[in-house]
Amino acid sequence: MQLKLEVENNTLIVYINGELDHHSAEDVREDIDTAIDSKNIKNIVFELSNMKFMDSSGIGVVIGRYKKISKLGGRVGVVNTNAHVDRIFQMAGIYKIIDKYSTKEKALENM
Amino acid sequence: MNFQNYMKIEFLSKSQNESFARVVVASFVSQLDPTIEELADIKTAVSEAVTNAIIHGYDNSNEKIVIECKINGNNIEIIIEDFGNGIEDIELARQPLYTSKPELERSGMGFTVMETFMDEVFIKSEKNKGTKIEMRKRIRIRAKENEE
Repeated sequence: MQLKLEVENNTLIVYINGELDHHSAEDVREDIDTAIDSKNIKNIVFELSNMKFMDSSGIGVVIGRYKKISKLGGRVGVVNTNAHVDRIFQMAGIYKIIDKYSTKEKALENM
Repeated sequence: MNFQNYMKIEFLSKSQNESFARVVVASFVSQLDPTIEELADIKTAVSEAVTNAIIHGYDNSNEKIVIECKINGNNIEIIIEDFGNGIEDIELARQPLYTSKPELERSGMGFTVMETFMDEVFIKSEKNKGTKIEMRKRIRIRAKENEE
């Protein structure tokens, strides 16, 4: 698992490349939260085009960040989810609280 | 006669072994020529069961997890067993969004994912003895359809 973080204005773009499970979730969570706290972040966009695997640990990671970002008055979006990830997110009702965008640019426009 | 095959592995309940377990099972199941989607379903279900064993069965201590896989024709049966805490209330554990450890930021969707991605999921558990998850899935026959 490789995490790439980019900051654009006050939005954190999180590229999750590889496999997101209970094992890797710990590091992902920590790295994102450190960035939120240290870089004056308000919104998050998860860019998932290179995510090779995700189980329900991914739901925890996204909902956890959503709670944190909501407190800051920001928004959370996801981009480029594959069909498998969509099924898991839908199961947990994630798209009721988080918007899905077709491109990173569209997501950034809506933050 | 139906094609049959069997394998059994045993490993420590370390989170590093979550990916090991799902890759081994996926690799074994591959001989049935599943679709990428079926394979992703199986890998996800295995990942959920192994994660449960590590977090809930053993509270992150290093103990033994056993996985058995049986192939019978186009049916795959996966048994994932731990010998840890056991589940006190199975019906409650099966509820979507229920988690006994909310402080860990777990979604409580583990069993829901297993039940959605597999055809059948059976849970046997006894307090302080452990938990045994049996999951079954039928792999759709594609190219071989004409043989029957």
